Amino acid sequence: MSVNESGDFKLTRRAVLAAGGASAAVTVMPAEAEPVPAPKPATLPLSVTVNGKRRDLTLDTRTTLLDTLREHLGLTGTKKGCDHGQCGACTVIVNGTRINSCLSLAAQHHGDEVTTIEGLGTPDNLHPMQAAFIKHDGYQCGYCTPGQICSAVSVLREIKAGVPSHVQADITAAPTATNIEMRERMSGNICRCGAYSNIAEAMAEVAEARA
Amino acid sequence: MKFDTPAGQNPIDQLKVVGRPTSRVDGPRKTTGTAPYAYERHNVAPNQAYGYILGAGVAKGRIVRMDISEAKAAPGVVAVVTTLDFPAPLPLGLANIAHLFGGAEVAHYHQAIAVVVAETFEQARAASTLIHTEYARAPGKFDLAKEAPDAPLAGGSRGGGSGTPPIDRIGDFAGAFAVAPVKIDRTYTTPGESHAMMEPFATIAAWEGDKLTLWTSNQMIAWSKSSLAKILSVRPENIRLDSPFIGGGFGGKLFVRADAVCAALAAKTARRPVKIAMQRPLMINNATHRPATIQRVQLGANQDGRLTAIAHASTSGNLPDGEPETAVSQTKLFYAAPNRETYMKLARMDLPEGNAMRAPGEAPGLMALEMAMDELAEALNMDPVELRVVNDTQFDPEKPNRPFSERHFVECLRTGAEKFGWSRRNPKPGLVRDGKWLVGMGMAGGFRNNILTKSAARIRLEKGGRLTVETDMTDIGTGTYTILAQTAAEMMGVGLDAVTVVLGDSDFPASAGSGGQWGANNSTAGLYAACLKLREAIAQRLGFNPTDTIFSDGKVTAGGHSVPLADAARGGALVGEDGFDPTDMSKRWQQSTFAAHFVEVAVDSYTGETRIRRMLAVCDAGRILNPKAARSQVIGAMTMGAGAALMEELAVDTRFGLFINHDLAGYEVPVHADIPHQDVIFLDHPDDKSSPMKAKGVGELGLCGVGAAIANAIYNATGVRVRDYPITLDKHLDKLPAIA
Amino acid sequence: MKSFTYERAKTPRDAAAAVARTPGAKFLAGGTNLLDLMKLEIETPTHLVDVQDLKLDRIEPTRDGGLRIGAFVTNTHLAADERVRRDYGVLTRAIVAGASGQLRNKATTAGNLLQRTRCPYFYDPNMPCNKRKPGSGCGAFGGFNRNHSVIGGSSLCICAFPSDMAVAMRVLDATVETVRADGSARSIPIADFHRLPGSQLPVGEFALEPGELIVAVTLPKPIGGRHFYQKVRDRSSYAFALVSVAAVIQRDGTGRVAFGGVAPKPWRVEAAEAALPQGAAAVTAAAFAGAAPRPDNAFKLPLATRALASVIAQAKAEAA
Repeated sequence: MSVNESGDFKLTRRAVLAAGGASAAVTVMPAEAEPVPAPKPATLPLSVTVNGKRRDLTLDTRTTLLDTLREHLGLTGTKKGCDHGQCGACTVIVNGTRINSCLSLAAQHHGDEVTTIEGLGTPDNLHPMQAAFIKHDGYQCGYCTPGQICSAVSVLREIKAGVPSHVQADITAAPTATNIEMRERMSGNICRCGAYSNIAEAMAEVAEARA
Repeated sequence: MKFDTPAGQNPIDQLKVVGRPTSRVDGPRKTTGTAPYAYERHNVAPNQAYGYILGAGVAKGRIVRMDISEAKAAPGVVAVVTTLDFPAPLPLGLANIAHLFGGAEVAHYHQAIAVVVAETFEQARAASTLIHTEYARAPGKFDLAKEAPDAPLAGGSRGGGSGTPPIDRIGDFAGAFAVAPVKIDRTYTTPGESHAMMEPFATIAAWEGDKLTLWTSNQMIAWSKSSLAKILSVRPENIRLDSPFIGGGFGGKLFVRADAVCAALAAKTARRPVKIAMQRPLMINNATHRPATIQRVQLGANQDGRLTAIAHASTSGNLPDGEPETAVSQTKLFYAAPNRETYMKLARMDLPEGNAMRAPGEAPGLMALEMAMDELAEALNMDPVELRVVNDTQFDPEKPNRPFSERHFVECLRTGAEKFGWSRRNPKPGLVRDGKWLVGMGMAGGFRNNILTKSAARIRLEKGGRLTVETDMTDIGTGTYTILAQTAAEMMGVGLDAVTVVLGDSDFPASAGSGGQWGANNSTAGLYAACLKLREAIAQRLGFNPTDTIFSDGKVTAGGHSVPLADAARGGALVGEDGFDPTDMSKRWQQSTFAAHFVEVAVDSYTGETRIRRMLAVCDAGRILNPKAARSQVIGAMTMGAGAALMEELAVDTRFGLFINHDLAGYEVPVHADIPHQDVIFLDHPDDKSSPMKAKGVGELGLCGVGAAIANAIYNATGVRVRDYPITLDKHLDKLPAIA
Repeated sequence: MKSFTYERAKTPRDAAAAVARTPGAKFLAGGTNLLDLMKLEIETPTHLVDVQDLKLDRIEPTRDGGLRIGAFVTNTHLAADERVRRDYGVLTRAIVAGASGQLRNKATTAGNLLQRTRCPYFYDPNMPCNKRKPGSGCGAFGGFNRNHSVIGGSSLCICAFPSDMAVAMRVLDATVETVRADGSARSIPIADFHRLPGSQLPVGEFALEPGELIVAVTLPKPIGGRHFYQKVRDRSSYAFALVSVAAVIQRDGTGRVAFGGVAPKPWRVEAAEAALPQGAAAVTAAAFAGAAPRPDNAFKLPLATRALASVIAQAKAEAA
């Protein structure tokens, strides 16, 4: 059985695919198969302040904040784990709030202030959270680590600011930095090496020092 | 250095640096984002272009035609390389089952069929969707349950340590099982699992004439160098791999994958360096996975709990030329019993490549065996800890004249039971309540072999006194940088800060690499050998007698004479290079690691959701070189085991022949909220048969048995036995207490 | 991702007009779902109109004692609002049960309502999906459908609507306020905002006209009662619901209930709520009459009952 390529093959070939089993010639086309003339990529000038330094860029409109940092500004501390908001490795702090930089266009951040892992501390001048991660071995392969640390710093701020969470018994009460609160709030940062238990302890130490 | 007799007293036994909880030496770089991973190395080669891989849209068949004209004309596109540019598949690398590129045949879904190279990532990605591919789809086999009944017997070896012949028989299993007073005969299933490491497969490839350099993310540098030479038909000496930081592997980066091959091919065509990171939605079907299993365990015991008969059979599927998941291998060694039978069957299937994932064999095998042991304990009305104690063996049960080098499994069990408060467990399931929660405790034994393999290293005493260690060994999060630095510091009598460790470069001496939990012991033993060479060279240069020269506190001392270590390098750097050769030590002694896992869970009596409350692992794994990082390895493995027990499953669409949940939203792995505080206890039993380090592997042990411990705890909580992993709520919901 | 042009509109009306006059244009708010889908070319806008400067980021009281939530208010901001926590607790609870902290910081109120399904067949362009490619079939219907609808779907599409927030809004009888390209305003009851797939192609999804922009969601005045959002999922956090229950239960045992994860829209059957005092089974028997589960997701029906029973038990315990 075969299906010709012209005309109304699409419905038919899907039916063939769904039937499975029998050998069939099929064409899998890109999602939006209608051929469109390729326009020149649109570009956009923008300026972002990253780790206190103003950066002026002209970028393809499609460029995410994540790829802006990694590919255009050489700030590769922010990681690309999934590029789809499913892992948290790309977490950065924008105007004081943590976000997934993979699901944000650079264009959305014209005029914004971005803090990345490189802006929190350096090997010779560690942020207390970075030092606590080292002390408690809150990482293994290190790939999710910058995102974990940016999130951890933000989570303590969010708790202090009273942002509610799923695990609060009383949603109107002020949250506190308990183990389960931190774990729930950190759940958008996946660590496949499984350093969670140690990360919670690193955060607890920083939270206590600040309290 | 030939290691052919048990290690005697040696400088490592001082334990001034080795054996102490040590923060990772690479920590400041990893926590500040300054450790460079493969895709991030902007500075290693100028003018890098971006590659983007297109995966096959069907699971099996042949590509009839590809139209790349639109893609080639797209803005910024530098080159398009398609699989049809090659008349036949490129040769397979080590342990590759399906070809990584080349030819018209499609062996599995999302197999790489084209690479688009462009000036920017955005341009390459957009152009990849402009390639129009026509397939002749062929029928395939995608349903393990359907294929299993006709699957033939098959032996196999997975990850080196879990090799198993197709069938093994000791004594008369059938006869003994038939007359056993108490018996269990159950079937368990485990699903396919994905490594889901956080760093995608990534490579930058650059050619200079005939010479190819790949900055990549790979666990096994020497294997992969020779594999790439074969795949690309390039002389091995013309290939260099560099992989200093690896964002997780878990077995998924043991072998060469499509990113490296596609980057190399694309760089050749584009005549400039090309970088590729495989997009996450492609990874699960493009690469390898842990195959699903159907396992049958039969246990026959006397009333006192002593096993008289053990049988374990496992069926898994794989592509032609693939191997079975060696899920029965631990059953050959774990418990005593005079009558034994283990066998594996392998169904030929067309799903993506099944291959090693952390603790291959043992991880799914123990999920079955240790649940069966729990069922047997209940049938015997015996404590599950005691059942395992009475069936301990100090010898290979298949070869009674072959002892274990060290085996302290009973101590793991006893220590764990005491520390966990096991005596508080109610052996009758389904009776402990905490509000709406049903609470239960479970335990399981853990077992994983200790694999000995060759490993080489080089150490140089630089002018000024610094020590530099060079080996192609990798650190995949295992803490290898740190234990190598500790080893060098201990051997040369200096502090950790006097040592620099450089890893992952194929120009360095070939090491054991990272896999099969063999990395730590073998790579440090290789460095130990190199350090002995350097000590000799230093003594010689200083005119000391090598045999009574002491290296301590930054000084070299002999015959009452003492000089700073740095003095030895005044006349130029000194180098020691050697390797560890374990000869037949692991044949003469069975070398394994042991654990006891204890878990407490709570199951929501309304919704059936399981939440883990406590976890403890007690590990017997020789000398622990760095208790801090080793503990992390174990808790990480326990976390992966929690995923396997509760949520991880590659969902097969048997019509289209793919894992349909092929991203990190669909394939759920544990998150912070799933994992409570975890406890790990290491027993202190150095193993002098394993190496001069007296260490053993520990990175996979933590995963071995933990899934069953969770499952057994769920049963203890609910009274509902689910034998089909993962134990999601839908599998016991209808048997939970009726609601008001 | 297809190439596109980008602009920031200054007023809602300008934004709506810009999208209406540009073929292939879309609004961009947080972008957490749109960019995800654009990377896979499931969404292929030619022009994006960013709405971040429209000043739609406020929560204000309404004259009749309710709240008007700007379309661009982030999920975090909405969940953390003192008034919402106090008077519309089900909404705060639903929002913080969804996604992750990072995503909630970026995702907006309007964007959350406009989330597209997380069905894996929708997400894989090689697979059939009537929502992505009308006429190609429903991959999930005969395939992997554990996470899919048990009611409200059809053989054309059995996707489940993924939002938690919208389930709470459904229980609160929220109203979606929009501006059309011609500048006219419109109010759409949340019950009518999400459309069922139906029996004809293309499958239904949202009750919006081309270029129509959500500017706010209005909550009527508080209804009191105890507020619950129980979300059941395989992992403890950062996962879509298998089943969720949004409920507001009064001291006398009466109340309102809506379910998430079970249908292509937030699932509420007002007539079924009368049975609340009789218990969960009576409610779900009525709410899920005519359910058509697939073999892999039939468990969602007893699960919905049990999750609701859990909520009712909690309400009783708190009231006692």
